[in-house]
Amino acid sequence: MTATIEISLSVNGERVEANVLPRLNLADFLREHLKLTGTHVGCEHGVCGACTVRVNGDIVRSCLMLAVQAHDATIETIEGLSDSGEITDLQAAFRERNALQCGFCTPGMLMTAQDLLKQSPSPDREQIRDHLSGNYCRCTGYQAIVDAVETTARARTGQSP
Amino acid sequence: MKASAFAYARATSVANALELLSVHGERAKVLSGGQSLLPAMNLRLIAPELIVDIGQLAELRGIVVKGGVLTIGALTRHADLLKSPEIATHLPLLKDAVAHIAHPAIRNRGTIGGSLAQADPASELPACMLTLGATIIARGVGGERRIAASEFFAGIYETALTPQELLVAVELPVPPKNSTYFFHEFTRRHGDYAIVGLAALAAVEDGRFDDLCLGYFAVRDRPLLAKSAGKLVDVAVTSAVLSEACSALAEELDPLEDQQATPAMRRHLAKVLLTRCVASLLARRDLCAGGPA
Repeated sequence: MTATIEISLSVNGERVEANVLPRLNLADFLREHLKLTGTHVGCEHGVCGACTVRVNGDIVRSCLMLAVQAHDATIETIEGLSDSGEITDLQAAFRERNALQCGFCTPGMLMTAQDLLKQSPSPDREQIRDHLSGNYCRCTGYQAIVDAVETTARARTGQSP
Repeated sequence: MKASAFAYARATSVANALELLSVHGERAKVLSGGQSLLPAMNLRLIAPELIVDIGQLAELRGIVVKGGVLTIGALTRHADLLKSPEIATHLPLLKDAVAHIAHPAIRNRGTIGGSLAQADPASELPACMLTLGATIIARGVGGERRIAASEFFAGIYETALTPQELLVAVELPVPPKNSTYFFHEFTRRHGDYAIVGLAALAAVEDGRFDDLCLGYFAVRDRPLLAKSAGKLVDVAVTSAVLSEACSALAEELDPLEDQQATPAMRRHLAKVLLTRCVASLLARRDLCAGGPA
């Protein structure tokens, strides 16, 4: 009864076909089957946000989604956002402001921050904190992350930093 | 951790899902958004033999307003409720409550039907259903059942649903135009499950409550529509009246003890919420001054 299931999905613009066990979550599928290890696995129960990816344009926790649920879906991971240049400025702002130390939370932070900036181009610090509240960082104390997101928002909307 | 092994069936229609549930019932779990089910499976708190995935059933998604009733399909996501102009117009209480559910990435997957069927006593939506007088629509192979929200929640993670039934929608009467509402919850961090929360709906006329519904959550094993609200209706609310209502409220609660709070702390916070709620709905700041806040 626990046979593999055939899935077909788009990952970072490429078609992927695979046979997977139902119990395999999307994060492990991306990391172990597709070797897209930018998606990090932290808590595995939806609390830390390190595994955040985009599914059909919306950010989701890939540890709380089965690979079989991603059948027919369009997935974008940190590799996709990075390679396309969509978040080059945000990544640069994180570097410049030291908004990462160990880097474990960074892919999820970038995913979530970019999601906010797409929906609300000029967020205030409270909105930034609110949107990032489901992503844990144990190094920076968040201040620098909020700074980097704020700086990027200002630059994108043509305001001086 | 990882979930233990299970078999998987992607339902192709509601009828197909009901067939699967009628055969596998007790051994199966319905998967909609998975934001409560998958953490529980990853933590090995539960290990269903079969997962029936209803995520593709578009017929269970969407919000319809007709004849003074809002019908919300079970697969409507929290994010959809938050963005819906119908909800913002007719049920602003629900919109406010949904903004307190977890975080954006969770709200993009979690569904109203999933949240109600899960029946976590500390979650927001079950209490909102009581306050708003919702009817839960459950479907089985034999047909449909309409269950009043007040009869639906039966305990921690327990509802009136049988293992063979599927929650397909909820119906919510549109509150009268002059209704006002209050929503607040105490949490350790934004997005956490509530330590205590209150979803209230009221009709206020000349500084008095014509009607008042107080839906509390995280105050016992299921959401509670507080009877002590009756002490505040059709009377001139004074500090003494409010204080009496607070005492009556504390008697009604049966709070659980957990890592977050003791029963005494939950009783105290429930009284604080009642005081703030009444002061806010009646626009009477003076009532907060002498209360337990």
